Amino acid sequence: MRYIVLLVLGMTAFFTHAQSVNKQSSEIATANPQSNGTANQSGENNLLGLPSVPIPANNPQTPAKIELGDKLFHDKRFSVDGTVSCAKCHDDKLAFTDGMAVSVGHNGLTGTRNAPTVLNAAFNQFQFWDGREPDLEGQSKQPLINPVEHGLAKYEPILKIIRTDSYYPAAFQSVFGISSEKVTIDHVAKAIASFERTLVSGDSPFDRYYFKGQSDAMTDAQIRGLNLFVNQGRCVSCHIIEKDQALFTDGRFHNIGIGINQIQQDIPRLTKAFLEAKNKGGNVDVMVLSDKKSSELGRFAVTDELSQIGAFKTPTLRNVELTAPYMHDGSLLTLKDVMIHYNNGGVTKSGDRVNDFLSGGIRPLNLTDAQLEDLVAFMKALTSSKFSPKDASPAPTQAANRKRNSL
Amino acid sequence: MNTLNNSRRNFMKNVGALALGSTLPFSLVELAFAESDQNFTFAYISDAHLQHIKGTRFVRTWDRGLIRAVAETNLLTPKPDFVIFGGDLAQLGSKAELDHGTEILSALNTKVHHVMGEHDYYLDLGEYWEKLFGPQYYSFDHKGVHFIILNSIRTYDDWTFKRWPTSEQRMLEMAGLDNPNGSPFMVGEEQRKWLKSDLAKINKNTPVVVFSHSPLQKIYKGWNFWTEDAEQIQALLKPFKKVSVIYGHVHQIQYNQIGNISFNSVMATAWPWPYPQSYAQAEQYLPKLTVPMNRADPFFDRDATGWQFINLANGRVDLNYTLYNNANRIVRYNTKKKRPEDSAYQGEDARIPPQTHY
Repeated sequence: MRYIVLLVLGMTAFFTHAQSVNKQSSEIATANPQSNGTANQSGENNLLGLPSVPIPANNPQTPAKIELGDKLFHDKRFSVDGTVSCAKCHDDKLAFTDGMAVSVGHNGLTGTRNAPTVLNAAFNQFQFWDGREPDLEGQSKQPLINPVEHGLAKYEPILKIIRTDSYYPAAFQSVFGISSEKVTIDHVAKAIASFERTLVSGDSPFDRYYFKGQSDAMTDAQIRGLNLFVNQGRCVSCHIIEKDQALFTDGRFHNIGIGINQIQQDIPRLTKAFLEAKNKGGNVDVMVLSDKKSSELGRFAVTDELSQIGAFKTPTLRNVELTAPYMHDGSLLTLKDVMIHYNNGGVTKSGDRVNDFLSGGIRPLNLTDAQLEDLVAFMKALTSSKFSPKDASPAPTQAANRKRNSL
Repeated sequence: MNTLNNSRRNFMKNVGALALGSTLPFSLVELAFAESDQNFTFAYISDAHLQHIKGTRFVRTWDRGLIRAVAETNLLTPKPDFVIFGGDLAQLGSKAELDHGTEILSALNTKVHHVMGEHDYYLDLGEYWEKLFGPQYYSFDHKGVHFIILNSIRTYDDWTFKRWPTSEQRMLEMAGLDNPNGSPFMVGEEQRKWLKSDLAKINKNTPVVVFSHSPLQKIYKGWNFWTEDAEQIQALLKPFKKVSVIYGHVHQIQYNQIGNISFNSVMATAWPWPYPQSYAQAEQYLPKLTVPMNRADPFFDRDATGWQFINLANGRVDLNYTLYNNANRIVRYNTKKKRPEDSAYQGEDARIPPQTHY
């Protein structure tokens, strides 16, 4: 058994130890007067409450590149049946989600996961629910060739469209200084990523309350909700609020009892089969989106770490009011359902079996129904002014719920 | 586990077309390269500290720690040859706690060997534990290795039998740290005599692995990171070429080499212990502490706890720690330096900086 000797070769240490978790004290009722840099007087700083957008050195933002990315993002021709653009599941009108439990690709095929909003994805330390890509450039390339999303077998058809299009050759020439013959999928990905880095949005009632000291920016229920969020609700430990900005995510992966709870008996078989398939060259992106049960293995599918079974990335909570249904599988319809799941300590229905791999941070919270309502109210204080539901039509939450109910 | 599978993947890449393009079942690939019968794996789970509240209620977080370790151990590939439970299954030694622990451990799909911890022992001196798990000390042979299980948490008879009005109080006194009413752990004369005769039958070239709850070395008396007759035990083990001692109790990663004996500790599933403030006073006994345990994050109940699987490669111990919220670690015997060594963090400059918390 010589392979045992080789065990040590594969050690990957991907956890960072210098954790920037900034736990809030219980003294939060007084709004933090510190404002985030350049807020203008009229309060229309869309970036209020956000850090500066990280821009990779090898993909600087330019207006022309952003415009090109915008076009590419919305181009339906980049799919096997000519109906699927990025925007199909990340719809501008639905806060860059699709309102579905799980997304629908070409020819009505469904995947296994809920489309996350592109809003503020620029800040993610990992992309996809299981973090299988580190950045937007890497992320944007995968759905194009996933069999249940855009459904292309390879990138060539996209590059062909670009070469023969009336707009793209000149655009790629001006953005990247290359002829359309030299365009690769990486140029496409860079332009899309640049566009996505403009989709950042802060300036919610919470931001005005917390970072600008506008004590009337949130309702009483929302203020109570914020207190629960950082104290008894234990939410802030993963959905982080820092002193000068808040992304509402720790960028880490946790098993919170969603999805995994339904496949508990299957885990020994699934983990073994998955690793075997992966070792034989199976593509993780394809495997997790085409098989519901494999999908529920979560971060484990990427890292092979036993401690990551059923763990998914902490999503941001910004604009969460607009992105129903919830969780990586879209299995919870409303924010109240989400609160109930957490209040039960990681089971959607009280009394159900807790999964063996549950994160150590998840435990019953003993919150009252009124407290859960306050937390829901606080979630609605995280909607950017730009996307305030009263300006959107139809209200995406309702649209999502209607769509779900009619299934 | 990722180590295991990554290594297998690397391995398969290394053997090239044979493995990568093949449709052989995975297990056959292992067998094709099997050569030494002294190489095998076993798992080690320790210090669950299951605590009875009342009725059917137990402390949830200790339960979850053990449940998770059991579930993960069951997924190890290849399957470990056996599992060691390293002691302190219970918190206060009650039947309810030991029964509860037995129930959780019954989910393991592998044979379990049990080591006695002081939290299992001092209520009824191991009487109920023996009914559940068998003798308090014994030895067995497996694939060319001689394994010994000792009860190392006994103490002076006066303390055990004459000092306390009730067995409940005796249990509580021994459960405390820095307790002036406590008493140092020891293996004791009865077991030393048995050990001597047990070892007399063993070839000196046979690898010997000893499981105890307390370290069979003297580290810190106030917390019983200590075994009073450690030197006498070490002397009995001295004639053997390859000796490893694996112990629980300390809830942190330690390793050390004394003469021919390698020492490794295992993690708890319940909670981590920091290093005692006054540790430095016992400098001459310090095991090599290359990395201080990260301060545990109280939000994540599993932070700085873990379990381990052990590769016995040519009779030497490679300890693979699964550490939640932390990078997994491996402490492996370095055959050149002739001592255990952390695979990633030997040097001053390679130490993990403590986590920053505000």
